[in-house]
Amino acid sequence: MKRVYVNEEWCLGCHLCEYNCAFANSHLPDMALALKGKPIYPRIHVEEGERISYAVSCRHCEDPLCVKSCIAGALSKDGEVIEVDQDKCVGCLTCVLVCPYGALAPNENGVMQKCELCLENAGGQPACVIGCPNKAIVYEERGAVE
Amino acid sequence: MKQYVIIGNGVAATGCIEGIRRVDKEGAITVVSEENHEVYCRPLISYYLEKKTDLERMRYRDEAFYERMGCQVLYGKKAVSINKEKKEALLDDGSVLPYTSLCLATGSSPFLPSFEGLDTVPEKYSFLTLDDALALEKAISETSRVLIIGAGLIGLKCAEGICKRAASVTVCDLADRVLSSILDDDAAAIVQRHLEANGLSFLLGDSVARFDKKTAQMNSGAIVDFDVLVLAIGVRANIALAKDAGGEVGRGIRIDSHMQTTLSDIYAAGDCAEGMDISSGEMKVLAILPNAVLQGYTAGQNMAGKNVTFEKGIPMNSIGFFGLHIMTAGTYEGEVYEEKTEDSLKRIYTKDDLLKGFMLIGLEERAGILTSMIREKTPLSSVNYEIMKKVATTAAFPADIRRKKFGGVV
Repeated sequence: MKRVYVNEEWCLGCHLCEYNCAFANSHLPDMALALKGKPIYPRIHVEEGERISYAVSCRHCEDPLCVKSCIAGALSKDGEVIEVDQDKCVGCLTCVLVCPYGALAPNENGVMQKCELCLENAGGQPACVIGCPNKAIVYEERGAVE
Repeated sequence: MKQYVIIGNGVAATGCIEGIRRVDKEGAITVVSEENHEVYCRPLISYYLEKKTDLERMRYRDEAFYERMGCQVLYGKKAVSINKEKKEALLDDGSVLPYTSLCLATGSSPFLPSFEGLDTVPEKYSFLTLDDALALEKAISETSRVLIIGAGLIGLKCAEGICKRAASVTVCDLADRVLSSILDDDAAAIVQRHLEANGLSFLLGDSVARFDKKTAQMNSGAIVDFDVLVLAIGVRANIALAKDAGGEVGRGIRIDSHMQTTLSDIYAAGDCAEGMDISSGEMKVLAILPNAVLQGYTAGQNMAGKNVTFEKGIPMNSIGFFGLHIMTAGTYEGEVYEEKTEDSLKRIYTKDDLLKGFMLIGLEERAGILTSMIREKTPLSSVNYEIMKKVATTAAFPADIRRKKFGGVV
């Protein structure tokens, strides 16, 4: 399946992907209106180590531990995308406890949200990919993730 | 055509059904369900009382699940014995279910010690099933004084669930701290302060000497008057079917890495089973939902003829009370790295070049990276532990391993 990948040599650590993600998922028409002066809760985040940076979002694992671990039956993977039913989620954070990539974090209300590849909100291409100024984030087919 | 029988209808059974169907689309699956409910999210019964969910949203699977999976579910039926020679399960209504392979997903039952005078208490409840929660909901009102025996995960979640719907909630426990099975003294003190600030009262290091109707005389001499009693002392794995059939049992039904019991063609999964805790190397009942689902899924695939193992079982819990999150995993042994403030705590345990366990209070961010180090037995020397212990991050992995993890170009 197509996934979001990051070429870490090209990541500038600019965090624009976080803003583009939060904006794309705000369902508001204007970026300033959506984000200005507010804490943001993106579904992608930039990790920074010694002399490297790269963005992390859900890997949509073949055999996802988060889905098997969800105590509320809120996480599911019926096709290729792992989705969260926010109406069912009770915010226990068991998925945060088990995700080996550290890819999951709750929204401002303590309910889980996650990268669903912008399939519903931006039509086709994930917003983090479109907005990456150095094309470090790509959306492509590379085979299975463990 | 194979005949699969699953005793129990919790999430381990669901995992088993899905495991079977991953391999075998044809075989007949019969589920024996003592509870008169389709599979539901058992850990959500306290959230139900707290009104954070409802019966519809508590479904673990959609309405069409059993039909789609080609399962027959026998509700309100109980298996009373297994004839391993004839390969049959006998039910309490006298019916006989022949099986090709069978999975015991029988869960656990509340442990009820014999308190003097317990039979005089008019309103007493356990807190393990949806029916328990529905009965408790009927029993409590805004004027109820509730006494909960047991300050473990079940007792405290129950306390949180009902505290806004009752006049008072008092929790007592023989242990001198809350959540004694997963927290040490320092961690428990932070949690207890938070629970007290949210209206719960505690009597710790104390137990009931005798009950007299709506009064509990404590061993300390304290007298507690209550209207509703909740018994949340602990649970015992339901092992009788396996034990009576001659299977090996400890605190749970012994299973190997294939989830097979010591009896041929009989598997076990979930809270009734005792499997390997790879963080301690000991056989344990790992009574948590993720392990139940993973064990059931493994058992199901093997019952249908595959050869798969589940060898990553560890104790782990993510549990919140009134907005404070507690995460624990693995075994607390070895050297300790600690960060502590008034209302947060991090303790990471390392031994023999491995991360063995951790305790996090109010510091849940990206904890799964630490959990994965326990489950995968990642050598500490292969990561930058000086960074990892301060901030859980995949940046602490060497570049080649990290890139492989993320499926990138190396």
